[in-house]
Order: sequence, then C-alpha cells, then structure tokens
Amino acid sequence: MRAQTSALKSKDLLGIEGLTPDEIVLILDTAEGFKEVSERPVKKVPALRGQLIINLFMEPSTRTRVSFEIAEKRLSADTLNFAASGSAVEKGETLIDTAKNLMAMRPDMIVMRHKHPGAPKMLADRLPASIINAGDGAHEHPTQALLDAFTIRERLGRLAGVRVSIIGDIAHSRVVRSNIHLLTKMKAHVTVAGPPTLMPAEVERMGVRVVHSLDEALEGADVIMMLRIQIERQGKLSFPSLREYYNTFGLTPERLRRSKPEAIVMHPGPMNRGVEIASDVADNPERSVILGQVTNGVAVRMAVLYLLGGAHLE
Amino acid sequence: MNVKKRLLDAARMNRAIKRMAIEVVERNRGTEDVIIVGIRSRGVPIGERMVKEIEQMEGKSVAFGILDITLYRDDLTTIAPQPVVKPTKLPEPIDDKIVVLVDDVLYTGRTVRAALDALIDFGRPKAVQLAVLIDRGHRELPIHADVIGKTVPTDANEVIKVKLEETDGEDEVLIMEK
Repeated sequence: MRAQTSALKSKDLLGIEGLTPDEIVLILDTAEGFKEVSERPVKKVPALRGQLIINLFMEPSTRTRVSFEIAEKRLSADTLNFAASGSAVEKGETLIDTAKNLMAMRPDMIVMRHKHPGAPKMLADRLPASIINAGDGAHEHPTQALLDAFTIRERLGRLAGVRVSIIGDIAHSRVVRSNIHLLTKMKAHVTVAGPPTLMPAEVERMGVRVVHSLDEALEGADVIMMLRIQIERQGKLSFPSLREYYNTFGLTPERLRRSKPEAIVMHPGPMNRGVEIASDVADNPERSVILGQVTNGVAVRMAVLYLLGGAHLE
Repeated sequence: MNVKKRLLDAARMNRAIKRMAIEVVERNRGTEDVIIVGIRSRGVPIGERMVKEIEQMEGKSVAFGILDITLYRDDLTTIAPQPVVKPTKLPEPIDDKIVVLVDDVLYTGRTVRAALDALIDFGRPKAVQLAVLIDRGHRELPIHADVIGKTVPTDANEVIKVKLEETDGEDEVLIMEK
C-alpha cells in the first residue's frame, strides 16, 4: 500500500487516533526516504534550516528526547531543550504561561512530553507552532507507535493481517494505546495479555483480543511486543513480586520456542532484563529487533518533523 | 493547459538519448570512473536508458545511481504540501569519480543547484557533468548543461511536459501553454 495523500491534515501530531490510514502510510513511506540519510557519511540534510524546534520535556525521558534531538539536527533545525527541573515550572509557572513565553521566542515546532494526558492538545489549540506529542501521561505516544509500525513493515513487508501480541502493563501504557490505534487502523490483528490488575476494563472495545496467559498470546503471533514493567513503582506494584511476574509473563527462551519460528520480538525500552524479558531473548539476533526500533525511531521522527515543518495547507 | 506543439515523439526521443550517451562517452574518452546518476523522478529512467546505450556501445557495465534532491530544495518552507521524500541510492563512493547528473528538463537551474549540494554530502567527485533531455532556457542560476538532447527556446508561460514509458506509459515531449 502506497500513500494516496501527500500531506498531513493537522499542523500537530497529538496522537495516532486522529490520523487516517493514508496519513500513517505517508509518514512510514517518508521515513523510508529518511532512513537512508542516517547511513550517509554526512548525516545531515538542509530541509528544516532556520527552523527553531523546542523540546519541552516536563517528564524525564532519555531515549525519546535524544531520538528527537538527533532527528532535528539531521534536518538542520535549531534546537533548544527545555526541561521541567531547574526551570520556572518549579517556581510555580503554569504550563500555559511557560508555553506563551516559549512562543514569544518564535519556535516553529514544539516537541512535548508531559505527565498529564491532553497537555499537548491544550498547547496545540492555543499556539501557532506545530505541537508534537512525545508522550502525554497514559494517553498517547504517537511516534513510538509509528516507529514500531515502520519496524514491523520493514521486517514483515506489511501491516495488514499481521498478528501482533502486546504483553505487559496494558493499563498504564501510552505506547499500547497508540499502537492499538495504529495497528487496528492498518488492519493488523492485536492481542493483549497481562496480569488482570494491569488490564484496563473494556479494552476489547478498542478492537483487540484479550488473553490472560503468555502462551495464549504467543500462539500464532508474528510480532511479540513486550512492555516495560515500571519497577520504579516497586511497592506499589499490581502483582506480588518481580520474580513472579517473570515466571508468569516474562519472555524466556523456552517460551519463545513455542512461538512461530519467524516471529519478531520488540520492546519500546528501556528494558528490565529478567523482569519482562530474558537477556537471551533480548539479545537474540534472529528474533529481537529492539535496537532496530531505536534506529528506525530517528527516521520516523525525521519524517514527522519534515511533514509538519513545511508550509501548511490552508 | 493545451498542447501547443509536440517536440519529440518516441523515435526522436530515443535517438536523442542515444546521442546523449555517445556524447558522455566521447567527453570522458570512455567510461572509466564514470557514474551516471539520475535525478528523481524523470531523470532516473532517462539515466537508465543512457546506461543501457553506453553498455551496448562499449561492452562493459556502467555504474548507475539515483539522487533524491527534495530535502535540498530552496523552496521547502514555502510550498505545500511537502514534496515526497524518497531514498538516494548511489552504487559506490563517488570520491574521485566523474558523476554525470541526468535530468529531463533544465529550466531555472534550481534543481541542479540542489542536486550539486546533495551530491557533495556523499563525497568529493573528480568532476560533475550535467546531461539533460531538454534545455528550455530561463536560467536563474549560473548553471549550464554539458550534454543536451534538444534545446528549445520557450516563453515563461509555457510548460514542457516530458512523458516516459516507465513513468507515464508513453514516450513524448510536449510544449504546453498555461
């Protein structure tokens, strides 16, 4: 399937929910062009020269912020990093005031992470700059879902009809929410599995199949997507212990053997080895595409920045 | 837009491309170190045809690459929607090679300017030459073609439409009026 459209409708990327299948294909096709840029001796193109992009990270993030920053630099944009700690936010400034102050510096785009769902939308409605959601609470993380889809399409050649099983903390994951939106829009079959305490009520209404054991989730899957268990919530965990989680839902080499031999293993990172995934699985060169996801993340983010960074259709 | 004149039909286009291929070989006294690089999109099939002609003529293979210049355009921030980006594919390092850029129409020269910038990001060629099927004049930059299929004086309100079998289903060049 090739994109029939050549533009994104919105000036912002707030989530996958608001994208059409055609827009998703456009982003993935464009990312293919950008993947080649990262393999050149000079890994930089002048596409966004003179544009200012502010990375507004109100919640800690390393890999997403670094990935965006590399993507911005490879497009020749000027970048400015703004973190919540050490800023006026700690002095009690509201998000809107922070944004208005940043806007007075005339950025063209703002890449934003915030712990509250909907915070990027609030800014998008008020500011002329393009807002790119880099994760808002448990709501959406659109570029993660796009890079996951790019990786699946690259490995399996398609998205339609692909069986994707997502395993772990379904309830608190913005990655899952964006992935479910994207994969169901692209006609993939999604199965989710995890402890009942981490399974949101009525998740079936998003068009996914729910199973309660890892073996059921692995059966027939083309893609096995393991989610991070937030071990920093230790003590407030929704299951008895990390050991028990590993024994029940951890992807071990023995369990992986029961899946299709060509099924690929994905993880959005950062991984907890020995909690949701065994080291031997994470490092298995035939099955694991986890580092490929990281590489593709830069290409997909370049595509999003490029598509939002030009002149806007009226 | 109405068709004002048919500049080339399939037979004349093929002869023009064949002659362009011969000129490239003559200029470079053979094909040593020569890489033919088509500029997306219509420079690609024209470049491929030139490679085929040269290979038939000389009996040896010639390297061929594809250059996407989208990200180097000087109007990226003013046009909407954003033009489609596709990968650049070069068969080998271009350092110390003679790169022959191929495009369908040479007009303002801005595409070639972008192509030169794109190329330099991949290395330092010994020389860059330019081969175009149609040179229609009206340059806005100090750029000229080394090998030309056909020179056509045009008015600024005219449009040159190059159709190729590979991309448009037929071979012809039309001059249209806006």
